[in-house]
Amino acid sequence: MKNIIVVLLLTFVGFTVQAQEVKNKNAKVEFHVSGNCEMCKKRIEKAALSVSGVKSADWHMDCGTLYLIANEQKTDVLTIQKAIAKVGHDTDEVKALKEDYEKLHTCCQYERK
Amino acid sequence: MQKQISILLLFFFCAFNSFAQDTLQEIKVKGNSKSLKKSYSLTANTTVLTSKELLKAACCNLAESFETNPSIDVNFSDALTGTKQIKMLGLTSPYLMITEENIPSVRGASQAYGLSFTPGTWVESIQITKGAGSVVNGFESISGQINTELIKPISDIPFFLNAYGSTDSRFELNTHFNKKISEKWSSSLFVHGNTRVSKNDMNDDGFLDNPLAKQINVLNRWQYTNAEKGWVSFINFRYMNDQKQTGELNFDPDRDKGTTNYWGSEINTERFDVSTKLGYVFPDMPYQSIGFQNAFNSHDQNSYFGLNKYNIKQKSYYSNLIFNSIINNTKHKFSTGLNFTYDKYGEFVNANDYSRIDNSVGAFFEYTYDNTDDFSVVLGGRIDNHNRLGTFATPRLHVRYNPWEKGVLRFSAGRGKRSANVFAENQQLLASSRTFDFLDTNGKIYGLNPEIAWNYGLSFMQGFLLFGKSADVGFDFYRTDFQNQAVVDVMQSPQQVLFYNLIGKSYANSLQVEFNYELAKHFNLRTAYKYYDIQADYLSGTYQRPLQAKHRFFGNLGYETHILDKGKQWKFDYTFNWLGKQQLPNTSTNPVEDRLPELSPSFSVMNIQVTRTFSSTFEIYIGGENIGNYKQDNVILGNENPFGPTFDASIVYGPVFGQMYYAGLRFKIK
Repeated sequence: MKNIIVVLLLTFVGFTVQAQEVKNKNAKVEFHVSGNCEMCKKRIEKAALSVSGVKSADWHMDCGTLYLIANEQKTDVLTIQKAIAKVGHDTDEVKALKEDYEKLHTCCQYERK
Repeated sequence: MQKQISILLLFFFCAFNSFAQDTLQEIKVKGNSKSLKKSYSLTANTTVLTSKELLKAACCNLAESFETNPSIDVNFSDALTGTKQIKMLGLTSPYLMITEENIPSVRGASQAYGLSFTPGTWVESIQITKGAGSVVNGFESISGQINTELIKPISDIPFFLNAYGSTDSRFELNTHFNKKISEKWSSSLFVHGNTRVSKNDMNDDGFLDNPLAKQINVLNRWQYTNAEKGWVSFINFRYMNDQKQTGELNFDPDRDKGTTNYWGSEINTERFDVSTKLGYVFPDMPYQSIGFQNAFNSHDQNSYFGLNKYNIKQKSYYSNLIFNSIINNTKHKFSTGLNFTYDKYGEFVNANDYSRIDNSVGAFFEYTYDNTDDFSVVLGGRIDNHNRLGTFATPRLHVRYNPWEKGVLRFSAGRGKRSANVFAENQQLLASSRTFDFLDTNGKIYGLNPEIAWNYGLSFMQGFLLFGKSADVGFDFYRTDFQNQAVVDVMQSPQQVLFYNLIGKSYANSLQVEFNYELAKHFNLRTAYKYYDIQADYLSGTYQRPLQAKHRFFGNLGYETHILDKGKQWKFDYTFNWLGKQQLPNTSTNPVEDRLPELSPSFSVMNIQVTRTFSSTFEIYIGGENIGNYKQDNVILGNENPFGPTFDASIVYGPVFGQMYYAGLRFKIK
């Protein structure tokens, strides 16, 4: 009986925490990432998935949009964009450092704005 | 107790919150320019045959659709059943897991003829996986898996017609109807009929070269799709009736059945299938899904082979519940679930009753790691409880690594276990004067123990450019080690077939070396050399498996012209198969005229097809099989005296009929 109460309490606590923060565990996020080719696609998705809380990543080569599903309780857009910029790809908010950009394979060196 | 419940509840909460994926992992293939797809990024050694590949030969049914593919060897149809058996890694179809839309289809009673019960035109694509397969569908597969995807009602065209006729007097008619009933519901109706109307005896042995046949096969499928909510469902109803008659030319079933006037045989099969599939993809978590499949079928074969009577009825029920999701992110995926199988057999061999009920329940878990780049691994395991095989574990492993661009290295290992349905799988032996003798009596399946084997495989493929055109070269090596096998021994005596548990060693080594090259635009060459060393210790010594060539060579040339306006096009296809010597069953104690050599001669077989597409809706094709007109000598031993001691119609190592030509047409309304 005691245990049931504990479980109920736990569930309540769980719900209230969620209610306060309203942070979606499966939030759909999308933003633009500069890149050119299949190699870029692999690199961008790999960098996004390396961020704890990012569950899936799909970069579309034709339009340059990265579609993510991420747990907002664990991460935020800026953290993800920083991780992507670190491997040399510019995002909406965060630009890559010049030296990171220059480390890219020649075919991956997209035109910088 | 309550504590455990609360922990469990918590666990469930966590699980549902943090995990989240794509549904019934279907490999979708549509109108792609490549007809045979080998992937550099899939973990298992899987080749996908698209519907385009299936058009390269006038494949009448599933068994014949592998003729242009080197991974699978299609045997010659025996004079009796007219059915082509297939082999992978040198092992016959009982050692393969054959599924239709991931539901096990050719098994138990349908083992011998099951592949001929699926018309080729119904097929959308076929996935062939060499070596230990996935644990998701069961524990029985040993040397590989073949999964067939049928045409989906939602992507089907309103009307399709295919008519076919050949010089061995076989005629086929396929009609497909499709209707989109609403935005969410669509339905297809497939009607297939085939018949062989006249008796052929090209080798003048007094026996039909292929059976007279009649088959009617009807499939009605319904598909429900609700993309917004994430639901997909299929419901299939199917009825099949197949009748075959063969034997001596003068055999008249009404007059001669059960007598020794003339030797004859009839095999009549009636089947009924119902299957359902329900898939749900979580809308906000596209990487998480649930699938639930159920299938019921009833199979009823009534047959006699001369004076041998063989009847088998099988009622079976299969159920599979599968949950797919991820751990943290899509680099770590998993599938887990439950299977249930129930088979009720009513089996009668002459006066002996072998009726029984088999059932099994099992749970599986399969974990996939993919670094999204050059490495992936699939590790799977399942635990099953089977009323005859006991409780046992089935581990399977697949690893893929791309050391450099366009290079792929794969490794697989796994265990398989199965009960051999010795009569159903070897029923061609009933067409002989052999007695069936079981030397073991203590096992639970016809006195025999379950078959257990381990399979290991290593493969490498490299794509490159040669003179500016794409080419690939690859090899694969597989070994199957039997811990126990239900040995079918035809090496002891030509008047006997012995069944016993393996004493000593039995293994199958197979090596395939492949080279594929685009000679010019739309002009493709495929070549493969295959080496098989398949040995077992029989009572009378160690032999290569009978009726298996040690060396084989395969070549295929395909040429297509550019598609002109309105879809006008020519397509040419040529397939060459060379088979080395094959070990033959022991006939050394027969009188001289009914003795066969120890090894068969080597020979080659060539097939050719030309397709003329007049528009995107109408095409005709003509073709020839075995145009070199090679015929096996002495197909039916003791044909002078079919009720005598040396009669044997089961030793078929080459084509019986000789050259055969066919023509057909395909018409579509889009």
